Amino acid sequence: MPVNPELQGRALPPSEPYLVGREKVREFARAVFATNPIHLDVDAARAAGHTDVVAPPTFAVVLQALALDELLAQPDTGIDFSRVVHGDQRFTASRAIVAGDELTAQLTVTSVKTLGAHSMVSAATAVTDASGDHVVTAISTLVVRGDD
Amino acid sequence: MNASSVASVPAPDFDALAVGDIVAEQSFPLTRDALVRYAGASGDFNPIHYRDDIAKAVGLPGVLAHGMLTMGFAVQPVVDWVGDPGRIRDYQARFTRPVVVDPEVGAVVAVIAKVGQLDADARTARIDLTVKVGDETVLGKTQVVVGLG
Repeated sequence: MPVNPELQGRALPPSEPYLVGREKVREFARAVFATNPIHLDVDAARAAGHTDVVAPPTFAVVLQALALDELLAQPDTGIDFSRVVHGDQRFTASRAIVAGDELTAQLTVTSVKTLGAHSMVSAATAVTDASGDHVVTAISTLVVRGDD
Repeated sequence: MNASSVASVPAPDFDALAVGDIVAEQSFPLTRDALVRYAGASGDFNPIHYRDDIAKAVGLPGVLAHGMLTMGFAVQPVVDWVGDPGRIRDYQARFTRPVVVDPEVGAVVAVIAKVGQLDADARTARIDLTVKVGDETVLGKTQVVVGLG
């Protein structure tokens, strides 16, 4: 089944608020070898001017993954997850994510392209805080491999 | 609750930078347990990152590191150099070649961070990352824009 070209332009409803936990930040930091104390130690983060421990620059992938799961759960995407590989990724940030942030993610499919047997689906996930201010946008391209 | 975007940790001196300067270099030894740890932290449980049989069945050379794991640690030398992750404005990468993580010997990913471009008006530096396993580049167009103003 090919990827549904009508996905282009589709916007998911905003996610339920995601509360960024201190231990989640520490867990993610350890997983990406982030050893700067600003990620792990509350006092070090506060001394640096933050309200709590600071998430590593790619942390928004956690919210992006939840949004992509929702997209893939829609019955008409035509996307076979076992054939999906990650093509590229970008984060454009207004500020760093910190523990205590209550974040909402909203995904829009920005383009669907066909390249030979493969399809490329690009999506932008905009993350905003409880005040509605922009925090980071995660832009991802998924390559859906066609029949070999 | 809002985080301060301007931190009090001193930033590197923008005026002392030149295009081509190497600002950081680090090697990351990857093992299978690092992949399991990242799967749990990120929520990406695609079995090609921990099951040899499934990786082989879908035609892969072996269990692969998550592209986002490699992208996640490749930026850490830059975070340590700028002193604060809040100074990272933009970060992008292309996943050009998978990193195969052998069950016994793992894999070693080497990162070199070099000044690619300087914007004197915005006081931002574009840091270009070279990310390699042996002689092979595994991430393409890996660029980090940092604010040093």
